[in-house]
Amino acid sequence: MSQSSYDVPAKGGFSFDLCKRNDMLIQKGLKSPSFLKTGTTIVGLIFKDGVILGADTRATEGPIVADKNCEKIHYMAPNIYCCGAGTAADTEAVTDMVSSQLRLHRYQTGRDSRVITALTLLKKHLFSYQGHVSAALVLGGVDITGPHLHTIYPHGSTDTLPFATMGSGSLAAMSVFEAKYKEGLTRDEGIKLVAEAICSGIFNDLGSGSNVDICVITKGNKEYLRNYMEPNPRTYVSSNGYSFTKKTEVLRTKITPLMERVEITEVTGEAMEE
Amino acid sequence: MSIFEYNGSAVVAMVGKNCFAIASDRRLGVQLQTIATDFKRISKIHDRVFIGLSGLATDVQTLYQRLVFRHKLYQVREERDMKPETFASLVSAILYEKRFGPYLCQPVIAGLGEDDKPFICTMDSIGAKELAKDFVVSGTASESLYGACEAMYKPDMEAEELFETISQALLSSVDRDCLSGWGGHVYVVTPTEIKERILKGRMD
Repeated sequence: MSQSSYDVPAKGGFSFDLCKRNDMLIQKGLKSPSFLKTGTTIVGLIFKDGVILGADTRATEGPIVADKNCEKIHYMAPNIYCCGAGTAADTEAVTDMVSSQLRLHRYQTGRDSRVITALTLLKKHLFSYQGHVSAALVLGGVDITGPHLHTIYPHGSTDTLPFATMGSGSLAAMSVFEAKYKEGLTRDEGIKLVAEAICSGIFNDLGSGSNVDICVITKGNKEYLRNYMEPNPRTYVSSNGYSFTKKTEVLRTKITPLMERVEITEVTGEAMEE
Repeated sequence: MSIFEYNGSAVVAMVGKNCFAIASDRRLGVQLQTIATDFKRISKIHDRVFIGLSGLATDVQTLYQRLVFRHKLYQVREERDMKPETFASLVSAILYEKRFGPYLCQPVIAGLGEDDKPFICTMDSIGAKELAKDFVVSGTASESLYGACEAMYKPDMEAEELFETISQALLSSVDRDCLSGWGGHVYVVTPTEIKERILKGRMD
């Protein structure tokens, strides 16, 4: 058997073969790249009939806004959603991975997933990487045992709370919750409070911005309100658009016509008769 | 200096009406010395999906070769081309696999999906996908590109207007960046043809 380190796509998990080269480049004085972070304000609260999760939609790369409308509320199971703050690739990868593990588990057990299952899978993974997988999550859902809301920190510790906030805007959002939260909120009161908390993060924290996403999960039902509120619309665009005085100079042009896409339809003819 | 500023690059992709455009600069440098003015950053994966890679040039070429390999494997197994959304997920997975020792490049993926709907996305060096409905940028000139595209872009442009807009955005942004420029390379793809154009820019 030949020892080939590359040919077959890896069986999963992380691969560390470029680490030595990257360390060598860093020693030569080159700074390592900055990753896309979701500066973020993410919140969750438990209301009378279930859980409401909320998030802003700004993704930053250093001081620059890389994505003005990203999705931070990730699907885990039909009755469980998870908001993610921290390094964007880590939150996406970890929630996708646990979401597939939950689905396989659902097939195996034949039952709906429980929030505590998602929590345990997430904290196991994050703890085993000792905080290097930088994902801070707010996990919420409604299962057979009732509504649950948890926060998970990058090192793997978890909290179970009636209302929670995470991310750089968490202090701004928490101040709204501490002032106005009470038990037994109705759906509309809950949505209003979550939207207010996220807006507080959007307007006061530089790492959060753009729009408000909300997800309401109740027993047997979920509502994902993408861009529920857009408190920062783009109003300065001129309707005529931009007109260029000088046309671009082109040196060479090459046109490749694309083949017409042919649809092959099977014509079921009659069977041949003897 | 950052690892991405070692070679210098600028890549941008924009969405039009049933078409998309992807453009890059052509300089390859070693810090402040230019060694080539015809470096290919944008490559075709198949007729309807293009990938532009910015960042360290060696990783640009290696990553491109690996992606072409994976796509050919997919074509052999599935007997069809990859959809751009699927390809973006593949690139994201390949980049995230190297989370703790990443490929030092940032891809920009552009393609025509089902019903000729254009799709663009970009990723950071560890695979965090950023889908956009209007434009995506990457490279050392990215800050200028963000500004130029925000000002010049408007939705539902036809192929010719889209070409003009993306070229103007690219050339004006690389003029403000020492490490990228030396011309431009633009692909405008509609459901019936791929138009590849080399732009004349400032050679400084």
